[in-house]
Amino acid sequence: MRHFDELLNDLRNRLVAMSGLVQAAIRESVRALAEGEDSDLKTVRDREAEINRMELEIDGITTELLALEQPVASDLRFITAAGKINNILERIGDLAVNVAERSESLFRHHAKIRTDVPILAELAESMVKRALDAFINKDANEARAVLLSDDAIDELRDSVFNELIGRMKKNAQSVQPCVDLMFAARNLERMADHATNIAEAVVFMVEGVDVRHHHVQVAN
Amino acid sequence: MRFQIGGLDFFYGAKQAVFGLSLKIPNNKITALIGPSGCGKSTFLRTLNRMNETVPHTRYTGDILLDGQDIRKMDVVSLRRRVGMVFQRPNPFPKSIFDNVAYGLRINGFKGKLSDAVEKSLKRAALWDEVKDYLHKSAFALSGGQQQRLCIARALAVDPEVLLLDEPCSALDPVTTAKIEELLFLLKDSCTLIIVTHNMQQAARASDFTAFMLEGKLIEHSETSKLFTTPADARTEAYITGRFG
Repeated sequence: MRHFDELLNDLRNRLVAMSGLVQAAIRESVRALAEGEDSDLKTVRDREAEINRMELEIDGITTELLALEQPVASDLRFITAAGKINNILERIGDLAVNVAERSESLFRHHAKIRTDVPILAELAESMVKRALDAFINKDANEARAVLLSDDAIDELRDSVFNELIGRMKKNAQSVQPCVDLMFAARNLERMADHATNIAEAVVFMVEGVDVRHHHVQVAN
Repeated sequence: MRFQIGGLDFFYGAKQAVFGLSLKIPNNKITALIGPSGCGKSTFLRTLNRMNETVPHTRYTGDILLDGQDIRKMDVVSLRRRVGMVFQRPNPFPKSIFDNVAYGLRINGFKGKLSDAVEKSLKRAALWDEVKDYLHKSAFALSGGQQQRLCIARALAVDPEVLLLDEPCSALDPVTTAKIEELLFLLKDSCTLIIVTHNMQQAARASDFTAFMLEGKLIEHSETSKLFTTPADARTEAYITGRFG
């Protein structure tokens, strides 16, 4: 194997490892939210610190590869996609911490409000997983399918917001937990948005087609 | 389009070196020809000003049109004035710097002020400031990079419409190469440039269009930015990523 291919494999493996950490962070934060339990916030925060460290490392590696190897074509697209996905994963890690913090707040206030937030959480987690699988498997078709899933999550978030606003209007006691749930829903919807950004990067990586801001192309 | 090439087959005796090549060279742009050694790029380049006729037993079939005119029907001296050439190794004449540039003007019957024309060419080749006080020195006193720019000035003196460059920087250091590449950017306003290069980074940096050849055939031709980010052909991808062979 050429030295350059070894470097590319190393980059890919690091991103896979980072993806694993991010998905574990999402799983823990979503689990706590869904089950109304205290989140293992310390573990989620420790993972976030590790995710941040990996982001800096991978940024350095992508910069070096661009400077020293002058990649072109598919190698160039992979490295630039890897750089973007690296930064996106770090942001998703931050959002997982935010969701875990909201879960902890709900638990502390003994709030048990039935909403569709757990469904939103599962959908967001699934979208992130599918987008990362598309990256690992270089699957542009799956990436395009992820892009088409985003609208459903946006609608669900809107529905959750409306429901929670209605509750808050009826019952002032519910404001704190409803606000926690609204923030959690917002963070989960942002995770799904980031999953679409990963999917866009995958389509470009595999096909060289830029589908950002043009969902019409996605359907094709 | 400056050149339109249609179905070009080129032969060295019985051996075919170029197969069915069809290509349009756009005006006032830099087109790079890349490909592995022996793929026919220099052969193709030299066909464009009929330099291959200096090699015995060569022939070609197909069309090569310069501004719509078949180059076989042109006077070859006139063709080579319009389509100049710069070679891999600088090859100044054993004359002064001035006479190197003036030579082409003199044999073409230039009637104007020779010194002005020489100055203009040397300026176009970004060499004037370095040699203006030594025009009557031998060209061989110049460095390699300066000699190559002198050869470019010599070619430019007769106001060619096209400049063919066959690996013009391969014998030069990186700093000089960068100067030549900057010069090419300036020249394309007044000239169409076609450059054969083994240096893919150079093709990526310095050209507007790139044509990839393999085993005498044109595999892919597109805007350089597209070819180096999203090549259409798997063979192009393999070559430019260094996975070829």
